Amino acid sequence: MTFAHPEQEYFEFLKAGKLMIQQCEDTGEFIFYPRVIAPRSGSARLKWVQVSGNATVHAATVMRPKAPEPPYNVVMVELAEGPRMISRVEMRDPTAVKIGMKVRARIVNNGDKDPVLVFDPVDAALALEGGKA
Amino acid sequence: MSTDNFPRGKSAIVGAATFGMGEAPGYSSMDLAVCASSGALAQGGLRPTDVDALYICLPDDFHSGLTFAEYLGISPRWTDNNRLGGSAFLAHAISAANALAAGQIDVALLAYGSNQRSAAGKLVNTMRQSRYESPYRLPRPLGAYALATSRYIHQYGLKREQMGAVALAARQWAQLNPEAFMRETLTMEAYLASRMVAEPLSVRDCCLVTDGAAAIVMTRADKARDLARSPVYLLGGAAAVNHRDILSMPDLTVTAAAQSGPRAFAQAGITHADVDLIELYDAFTINTILFLEDLGFCKKGEGGAFVEGGRIAPGGTLPVNTNGGGLSCVHPGMYGLFTVVEAVAQLSKSAGARQVADAKIGIAHGNGGELSSQVTLVLGTEDTL
Repeated sequence: MTFAHPEQEYFEFLKAGKLMIQQCEDTGEFIFYPRVIAPRSGSARLKWVQVSGNATVHAATVMRPKAPEPPYNVVMVELAEGPRMISRVEMRDPTAVKIGMKVRARIVNNGDKDPVLVFDPVDAALALEGGKA
Repeated sequence: MSTDNFPRGKSAIVGAATFGMGEAPGYSSMDLAVCASSGALAQGGLRPTDVDALYICLPDDFHSGLTFAEYLGISPRWTDNNRLGGSAFLAHAISAANALAAGQIDVALLAYGSNQRSAAGKLVNTMRQSRYESPYRLPRPLGAYALATSRYIHQYGLKREQMGAVALAARQWAQLNPEAFMRETLTMEAYLASRMVAEPLSVRDCCLVTDGAAAIVMTRADKARDLARSPVYLLGGAAAVNHRDILSMPDLTVTAAAQSGPRAFAQAGITHADVDLIELYDAFTINTILFLEDLGFCKKGEGGAFVEGGRIAPGGTLPVNTNGGGLSCVHPGMYGLFTVVEAVAQLSKSAGARQVADAKIGIAHGNGGELSSQVTLVLGTEDTL
C-alpha cells in the first residue's frame, strides 16, 4: 500500500498555483486537511483533484486587536466540493464579512515560504479595489 | 456495541479543595496543585503515603504525573496524565472510579494547578499550531469559539442579551462566593457595552485569566464513610471526543456533550427533573447555552431563551455554575476540576451563602480544547445510592 505525503504534496501544488484537495476513490468524498488515509473508512486510495475554488462562508469572526492594529476577519469556508477550510476573505471592508457570502479561492505567493490561500467575494462590489475576484 | 457500564455509587469523593484562585504569585503550577492537594487530603485525614493513584494534567509539564509522584514522595500503583484539555480531570475521575471499583487502587488523588496569570500574564495556549492555518492569525482558542458562536447566531438567531444573561448569572453567583475573582455587579448595559475582542465575542463573553488550583480525593464507597462526613458519590461518568481543531467539528452548533450527557444520565438512572444543579465549563458564554441544550435541558436552538429571566441565576429554578464559573470565579487555563469541587461543595452542604437548598444530584460537565472533548459526571449524596 502506498500513502500520500499529505502536507508536502498539498503545499507543492499550492506553490505551483493549484488548489488540490484529496478525493477518496472508494467513497468519492473530498477530504481536508490532507491525510494518509480517509477518515472513517480508512481507505488509502486518495487522489489529488484540482477543485473549483468556489466556496461559501460557513462561520466568520472579526478580530479587533488593540489600536493601531486594524481589524481583520478569519473565516471557515465550505468548499463547493464539501470540505471546510480556515482562511480569510480579502475585501474592501474586512469587517463586513457575512456567513453565506459566496467566495472564490486565490493563491498568494509568498517567496520561499508557504503560499497563502485566501478567498475573494464573488460580488465585485465587496471585493478589494481593482476587483481581484 | 459496548455495554457502557459505570460502577454507579461504588466510589466517592471524600475531600475537595481549591487554592490560589485569583492571584497567587510565587508558586509554580505544581506547587499550586500540591497546595490544593494538601487541603483535599486534610479533609479526609490523609497523607500522601495513603495515596496509591495519581491523576493530574498541568499546562507546562508533559510529564506532570511523574513530577507529581516525585513531589509527593510516593510510588503510585497508577499514574495518569491525559491531555483531553480542560475536561481531562473529569475523565480522570471516571478512570479512578473504574480502578477503585475493580479494587486495583484504594485512594486516588486528582489535581490541577496553574500560575498562568502571575507567571505569564495571559492564557497559556498549549495547542499545536496547524501549518494550514497559521497565516490567518486566528487566536486559539478564542477565535475558534468565536467562529462557533457566529454559526450558532446565524442558525438560531441568538441575541446579545441572551449571551449577556449567561454572563450576568455567573456574576451573580460569584457575588455570593467570597473566593470568586470578579464580584463587582455586572449590568446588562455594561455587558452590551463591553469591548468586542473576536466578534461576536466581547470581553465579558470570555472566561477569566487567573491562577488557581483544585484537587479531589476519591475512595471506594465503603471506605468513604470513614473519611468524610458527607461523601459525594459518582453515579455516572461518560466522555466523548469529536475533533481537536474547530475546523473538523462535525457541526459547529452541536457538541459531543450530546453523547456524553445522555450516557452519563442513563448510567446514573436519572432524568433532567432529578438534577438540582449543574457545574459546567463556561470558557465562553456560548458554552453554557450549548451544553444546556446538548445535555438535554432544552431543545437545540432554545438555549438563549432558556437562560433568560434568571432561570440559571441565584433564585432561579436550575442553578448553573454556583461558584461564578470560569466567567467570574476562576479560570487558570483549564477549569474542569473546579466544576467537580463546586458540585461537591454543594452536595456536601458546605457552599455557604450560595448553597442550593436540598441539593442531592449535581452534574459536573467539562469541556476541552475547542469544544473538542466533553465529559459528563453525575454526582449524588448518599440518599441517591
